Amino acid sequence: MGVLVKTRDWVDERFPLMDTWNKHLAQYYAPKNFNFWYYFGSLALLMLVNQILTGVWLTMNYKPDAELAFASVEFIMRDVEWGWLIRYMHSTGASAFFIVVYLHMFRGLMYGSYRKPRELLWIFGMFIYVALMAEAFMGYLLPWGQMSYWGAQVIISLFGAIPFVGEELALFLRGDFVVSDATLNRFFALHVIALPLVLVALVFVHIVALHKVGSNNPDGVEIKKNKDENGIPLDGIPFHPYYSVKDIVGVIGFLILFCIVMFFAPEMYGYFLEKDNFVPANPFKTPEHIAPLWYFTPFYAILRAVPDKLGGVAAMGAAIVIMFFLPWLDKSPVASIRYRGIIYKAALAIFVISFFVLGWLGMQPATGILTALARVFSVLYFAFFLLMPFYTKMDKTKPVPERVTE
Amino acid sequence: MKRLLTLLFCLSVSAGVQASGGGNYDHAPVDLHNKTSLQNGAKVYVNYCLGCHGLRFLRYNQMAEGIGATEAEVKEKLMFVGTKIGEQMNVSASTEMQTKWFGTNPPDLSLVARSWGPDKLYTYLRSFYVDPSRPMGVNNTVFKDVGMPHVLVGLQGKQKIVYKDVKSMEKQEDGSMKEVVRQEFDKFELVSVGELTPEEYDATVGDLVNFLTFVGEPHQLDRKSLGIKVILFLMVLFVLAYLMKKEFWKDLH
Repeated sequence: MGVLVKTRDWVDERFPLMDTWNKHLAQYYAPKNFNFWYYFGSLALLMLVNQILTGVWLTMNYKPDAELAFASVEFIMRDVEWGWLIRYMHSTGASAFFIVVYLHMFRGLMYGSYRKPRELLWIFGMFIYVALMAEAFMGYLLPWGQMSYWGAQVIISLFGAIPFVGEELALFLRGDFVVSDATLNRFFALHVIALPLVLVALVFVHIVALHKVGSNNPDGVEIKKNKDENGIPLDGIPFHPYYSVKDIVGVIGFLILFCIVMFFAPEMYGYFLEKDNFVPANPFKTPEHIAPLWYFTPFYAILRAVPDKLGGVAAMGAAIVIMFFLPWLDKSPVASIRYRGIIYKAALAIFVISFFVLGWLGMQPATGILTALARVFSVLYFAFFLLMPFYTKMDKTKPVPERVTE
Repeated sequence: MKRLLTLLFCLSVSAGVQASGGGNYDHAPVDLHNKTSLQNGAKVYVNYCLGCHGLRFLRYNQMAEGIGATEAEVKEKLMFVGTKIGEQMNVSASTEMQTKWFGTNPPDLSLVARSWGPDKLYTYLRSFYVDPSRPMGVNNTVFKDVGMPHVLVGLQGKQKIVYKDVKSMEKQEDGSMKEVVRQEFDKFELVSVGELTPEEYDATVGDLVNFLTFVGEPHQLDRKSLGIKVILFLMVLFVLAYLMKKEFWKDLH
């Protein structure tokens, strides 16, 4: 026996190495009909790793101090060897992470990936999404530019709208009466330690839950229902090597797009790095127009669509919380959009359009006609969820095949 | 499905176009490969701007590299006596005095090309006009009631603003329509000549903006040249990975 095999056996007697390898890769059977939309899970994992690694190296030169933070970021951009690259990988990575996660979630909506028995998988995923939003929000304060500062000021002050405890809560979050050095320090601690730990733990349980129930697929049929004499799903193929080699293609294709943005348009015309954030934070000068980064703007538009502050905060919270209940709102007999009727297809299209329009509205000043538009699309956003039990029941579905189609 | 995607794409593109709108600025001639332009821009900056506006994130030796000059040349032509080549380009005047003179502290301009964008800068520096009501005697169409004097006036000469009448129908309080005449900016007219012709002045401001664009992100040429290499490498890798995937999947069907 070779040295490698001996070493492997030595480890295997003390740690379930081959068991784990087989259970989760070599003998983990995934449906053979994954399409384009099934790349985004592995890409999200790639982005998580990218953010953690570049984050570690950024932390080596970043200074979480209101006096030094802005200059330390510029120090990284100018004086640290390859600092500009690491910083752009992190800032572009943040937006790319959200793009990938949104597409991953949209895949779930199209093929009913949240449905029984994958409810908990969906809920873990939603917790990842919420943790990711918190992580991004706190990370955005760290460069200590004008938008970092005033964005945080606005978002934290929203907590002040909560009855009775609001003001105290906002004070507790900031650690001061305004966003200040104390806020920067605690956001730094949460951004680099607490939330990454939470994220990694949640991603772990998300994958554990996935491997327990198995992947859904574009046909929405359970491959575990049809097994051969050895108990292997007839429509399943081992994740490794088939999907590992396929995901490598996806990763490289994604990295090409990622690099085009990172190397040639890292600011992405103000969408990934806002112009005003190249001005150091100034607590005495409010920018004319404060808007959060693009991945928050749909919810920001919903917030501003409600005339009452508390109502707006509640609507914004509800817009996220309602997604957790998706598995129980969907009453359709079929999972995949391929076998659903026109009503669900139309509802999903309207929902996606609403999400985009709200995202755009969240970047604009809230004036007259735009506020009216935000109201219309906020209602459509909620209607997608609230009316789902009714329209999914009414919808005329097509017969679902017994096995997956090619 | 395809139609839905196309629609979404169109929607996002139109949203992008509208968001990037804003003021109508003249296009700045930015070209970081043009070292003559960068050197001229650096000279103008040191002579006219550095007295008040520092570049605290840029070191003299970084500037030398970026504008394609030797350190000896920079030392001789662009540095004040007593400064060192590794030092950052700070201002000589104290901020206290500056606040006294201008009512505000002139901002550091290391990142102005990134926060304003080159086009706005280029337009701003060509949009000062005579306005006796202002303490410095000038105003600016890009930055209304700006506190800064027109330091390049010796080069450009003084210009006055010319308005044009724009007629439009407007709804009155009682609901009737009435023609209203409004004055809008039309053009500038030189009232005194500077050292440079208008074309030369535009080119000089262009050089200055080009220099500030370099200052905003000194590594941007490195970024782009590395980017091409990385993307070409990934493209080759993509083909290989795709062939590997095909090879593995061959035995499935």
